[in-house]
Amino acid sequence: MSQIRPLFKREFLGYFRSPVAYVFLIAFLLISVSLAFSRYGNFFKAGTASLETYFLFFPWLFMFIVPAVGMRLWSEEKRSGTVELLFTLPVTTLEAVLGKFLAGWAFLTLAVLLSFPMALTVAFLGDPDWGIIASTYLGAILMAGAYLGVCALTSALTKNQVISFVLSLAACAMLVFLGLSSFTTTLESFLPVGIADVVSNFSFVTHFDAFTKGIVDPKDVAFFLSLIGFTLFLNVVALER
Amino acid sequence: MIEVKGLVKTYGNKRAVDGITFTVKRGEILGFLGPNGAGKSTTMKMITGFIRPDAGTATVGGIDVAVDPVGVKRQLGYLPESAPAYPEMTVEEFLRFIAEIRGFRATSEKHARVEHVLGLTHLASVRAQTIETLSKGYKQRVGFAQALIHNPPALVLDEPTDGLDPNQKNEVRTLIRSMAAEKAVILSTHILEEVEAICTRVIIIASGRIVADETPSALRARQPGARLDEIFRALTT
Ligand SMILES: Nc1ncnc2c1ncn2[C@@H]1O[C@H](COP(=O)(O)OP(=O)(O)OP(=O)(O)O)[C@@H](O)[C@H]1O
Ligand SMILES: [Mg+2]
Repeated sequence: MSQIRPLFKREFLGYFRSPVAYVFLIAFLLISVSLAFSRYGNFFKAGTASLETYFLFFPWLFMFIVPAVGMRLWSEEKRSGTVELLFTLPVTTLEAVLGKFLAGWAFLTLAVLLSFPMALTVAFLGDPDWGIIASTYLGAILMAGAYLGVCALTSALTKNQVISFVLSLAACAMLVFLGLSSFTTTLESFLPVGIADVVSNFSFVTHFDAFTKGIVDPKDVAFFLSLIGFTLFLNVVALER
Repeated sequence: MIEVKGLVKTYGNKRAVDGITFTVKRGEILGFLGPNGAGKSTTMKMITGFIRPDAGTATVGGIDVAVDPVGVKRQLGYLPESAPAYPEMTVEEFLRFIAEIRGFRATSEKHARVEHVLGLTHLASVRAQTIETLSKGYKQRVGFAQALIHNPPALVLDEPTDGLDPNQKNEVRTLIRSMAAEKAVILSTHILEEVEAICTRVIIIASGRIVADETPSALRARQPGARLDEIFRALTT
């Protein structure tokens, strides 16, 4: 497992060796902030000192933005042939998968944390509940990890980055839509309520919502962590095929 | 040091490698010859543990690559065909990364390793350049440097002199020969003279099978007076 460190370092710094990281971070902040101030977000009109409207869009935003980070994870290595170099170095598939995933997750965490000035603005304007802000950040970071797990997996399936992006987007969209009330209603119309409940339980929105209300339910934490574990397991399987 | 027994690899309905068996001892330099698509690279990928054979075994230093792939990879220096490397890294960053993952964690040790191979492969002048901006020959040298960094007991080099200028070709051959005494080396090439110049043994494969396995002089003795490419053509067509 000591091999994870150099792999992590290379991958994480790799984001900053190209303009990708900067474009991504700036785009992420611009979009997330402008969504919050837009008429859908009502950041000001809400009249409360909270970041709820800011984080409201995160499941949606992540749906597009995490595949942009995840798509290159394996596809790029396969396309450029460096995967042959990587897997003839003394590393196990699991170490490689973990090193890359953790680097991507750290990068997404950085993006999420860069929104902290938003929290400071709120603190300046009013008296927010820091507990809720902390739990929301935790939820956002966990959710980013789960999205990234899915995207890393789809990225391992193809050497084409475009296919990788589209697959990731489709998979992430599924995981968001499952939780929409209209979608669940449709499900309930032809599935027993019990099963429809189980299905909608897989939605990121459902699990993320609790965090934005200040509730850190171990079940939600376990959901995201086990989804990460499961996708990483499949990632190893896909690469060892 | 390197032992290969009955390796087979099939892609679709095509046998890329069809039962290849040989051993390479320390001090030997094995030249791997064969027409395009003969299965040279595929054989090397199976020895280095990058792809799994459909049948047969490969062992390096007594370790079976199917049983302990990481153990084999530790002992091997491998230059893949067309020398892949992370394009956005500089030569120095890339070699540091390889050194780290090869277990040289202390800064001074890592530094010494990187400096040593930079010198061996004449890369010092481009050390701060990103790999994507290097010319083909320099890229090839980075791949070679990467394979040598941990001074491995076994080297697998897929067309190591491909893309090098005549001076560099010579340099690399001299380097391989100077290291060969305590190493087992397999190299593939399309340059027949190269085999005569440095190899202690030649294996010619065609359509995934070995058609000749002997010393370069024995190969030449097959048709006294004929050119090497004529002998090669007779064996592989
Ligand atoms: N991933 C793959 N999928 C399908 N066929 C493959 C794959 N890799 C190699 N082959 C086929 O296996 C055969 C052997 O290929 P290999 O790359 O080992 O040849 P080679 O001897 O290294 O040739 P060259 O001198 O051109 O490098 C070729 O016919 C090639 O098309
Ligand atoms: Mg080849």
